[in-house]
Amino acid sequence: MRYLVCIKQTPDTAELPKVKPEEAASGELSIQQVVNPWDEHAIEAALQMAENFGGLASVISVGGEKAIEALRSALAMGCKDATLVENADADAWGVAALLAGAVNHMGDVNVVVTGQMTVDGNSGMVPVAVARKLDWPVLTGVAKVLNVSEDAVEVERVVGQARHTVKVKPPVVLSVIKEIGEPRYPTFINIRKAARVKIPVLSADDLGVTVPPPVVHLSNFRKPPARDAHVQLFDGPADEAAGALIDALLAEKVL
Amino acid sequence: MKFLVFIETDSGAVVPSSWEALGKALSLSDDVEAVVIGENVGAVAEEAGSRGAKTVYLVEDASRSLFDLDLYVADVKAALETSAADAFLASHTGNGRDLAAAIGVDLGAGVIADALELWVDGDRLAGTRPVYSGNILVDVTVDGSPQIATLRPRAASPAEATGANANVVTLSPAAAESRVVVEKVERAETGEVSLTDASIIVSGGRGVAKDPELGFKLIRELADVLGAAVGASRAAVDAGFIEYKHQVGQTGKVVRPDLYIACGISGAVQHLAGMGSSKVIVAINKDPEAPIFSVANYGIVGDLFEIVPALKKAAEAKLSK
Ligand SMILES: Cc1cc2nc3c(=O)[nH]c(=O)nc-3n(C[C@H](O)[C@H](O)[C@H](O)COP(=O)(O)OP(=O)(O)OC[C@H]3O[C@@H](n4cnc5c(N)ncnc54)[C@H](O)[C@@H]3O)c2cc1C
Ligand SMILES: Nc1ncnc2c1ncn2[C@@H]1O[C@H](COP(=O)(O)O)[C@@H](O)[C@H]1O
Repeated sequence: MRYLVCIKQTPDTAELPKVKPEEAASGELSIQQVVNPWDEHAIEAALQMAENFGGLASVISVGGEKAIEALRSALAMGCKDATLVENADADAWGVAALLAGAVNHMGDVNVVVTGQMTVDGNSGMVPVAVARKLDWPVLTGVAKVLNVSEDAVEVERVVGQARHTVKVKPPVVLSVIKEIGEPRYPTFINIRKAARVKIPVLSADDLGVTVPPPVVHLSNFRKPPARDAHVQLFDGPADEAAGALIDALLAEKVL
Repeated sequence: MKFLVFIETDSGAVVPSSWEALGKALSLSDDVEAVVIGENVGAVAEEAGSRGAKTVYLVEDASRSLFDLDLYVADVKAALETSAADAFLASHTGNGRDLAAAIGVDLGAGVIADALELWVDGDRLAGTRPVYSGNILVDVTVDGSPQIATLRPRAASPAEATGANANVVTLSPAAAESRVVVEKVERAETGEVSLTDASIIVSGGRGVAKDPELGFKLIRELADVLGAAVGASRAAVDAGFIEYKHQVGQTGKVVRPDLYIACGISGAVQHLAGMGSSKVIVAINKDPEAPIFSVANYGIVGDLFEIVPALKKAAEAKLSK
């Protein structure tokens, strides 16, 4: 079995509030970028599947030259090989076309593993788009992998308020959530090995993919209106403070 | 602009945020239709009509009892063809997101995903959505037909019942093969309020640590009195105080209730990424310097083990009046 994890390099979540509208518009950020946190869980999921059911985990990212750092983090966690695909001004469907193209190019991938969403783009639509481009089934909200074999992939997934146990025949795209497991720390040996790996950089042409022209157009990047920062505190004995707070909430008509 | 709105059902019951998508479409157009797919969902189709959808396309089949992407995509495409709608709208639930993504990518049409606001500009749909986890807003237009958008839950008022009679058009299930076998379904306890649909949320954080069981018991009791859902910080989830499905924030759920009561939560940016757009925020924290107070509208500095039960008592007394 070969698992291919799709990861994106995204801003460190602690620094997200510092992103300026101009930077969001140009995509050129001055802040620290790391592996998208949801994708760390995807890496963990692929490594667990490889350990528990056999096979190996590879990692791929569509992005700029700097995304190599994110790929090295994935190698340090235990992925066996990494590929960077140059981002050719692709929107979500374009990224999906490139990822699907890479899967076809590799030829032996059984399970594509993704995160639930990116902390910058936030759409959560890439996993389904990759699956549709490949004409593979897709399972989102995957919380637990029960079994993987040539014939069947069996998982538990969260669907709205319910939890479903489902089975599909691979190849399949799985989009995982945090419950799948805490991302492991890289080992010292793997960090050193990862630093030396030469990571191939492929273009759309190399993959034989024609990137569809963008169909989503963004404009007027701005900060959301600031919250009214003034906090009204209630003090005194607990009963009094609580009573005054409930009165204030009733007056606000939120109770 | 003619709209087709996806009314999501789950084992026969409507997913409430669907009515918000319908309400939003009705605020933009007087030509709004709906599509209802499921098993035993005739009543939901009737209700969609009575809430203002002119025509409701109904696909009923045992194979549709649970959402199945391959089958639902085929059914919605058939409904889109019959309706000749210019725009397709769904609530940005997990299933709504997957459905819109599949239809969009199949037809080469863009999606205005997770929109907070939508409007019509000539023959184009436009919207505003958050990116960078709510730290940036951006306006979005899309190419392609239909124009597709998903609306964030609680971003619009639900369509109200008008008493109109539904014009229900039954469509036969589209010819498509399911690729997923559902072996087991476990439901949440009945009566449990979903975080993303909740108008009030009471959340607990690491501040419950000295007695986590009691802390979340007190939080649940307050939530019950207020008809609220229970949320949590990641620290509380990671410490095993409460299940992951309650986590609010960057790697949990994004919520926007009218009222968010944070108990023993410091207010880290990753927590704010999930609840920062709540209408009114209340902080209960023993540390007056906690960052949560700089986004809160109201607060009490004190021990949550005293304050939360006092709030419950006060709410019981005042809400019964
Ligand atoms: C990639 C990434 C993703 C993350 N995703 C999320 C996420 O989705 N959701 C999330 O919440 N966090 C997330 N975090 C973690 C976040 O950075 C914080 O660590 C977390 O929110 C802290 O939780 P807390 O406020 O409960 O705990 P703390 O920061 O430890 O705060 C506890 C608070 O309780 C108060 N307190 C203590 N005892 C009492 C008492 N008896 N009565 C009243 N108050 C008391 C303290 O004064 C303190 O302010 C993420 C972090 C990273 C790096
Ligand atoms: N540029 C990219 N390169 C590789 N994987 C990506 C990229 N963008 C998104 N993904 C994957 O798709 C998931 C959902 O992202 P999104 O739909 O952009 O919110 C992420 O968690 C990744 O696993």
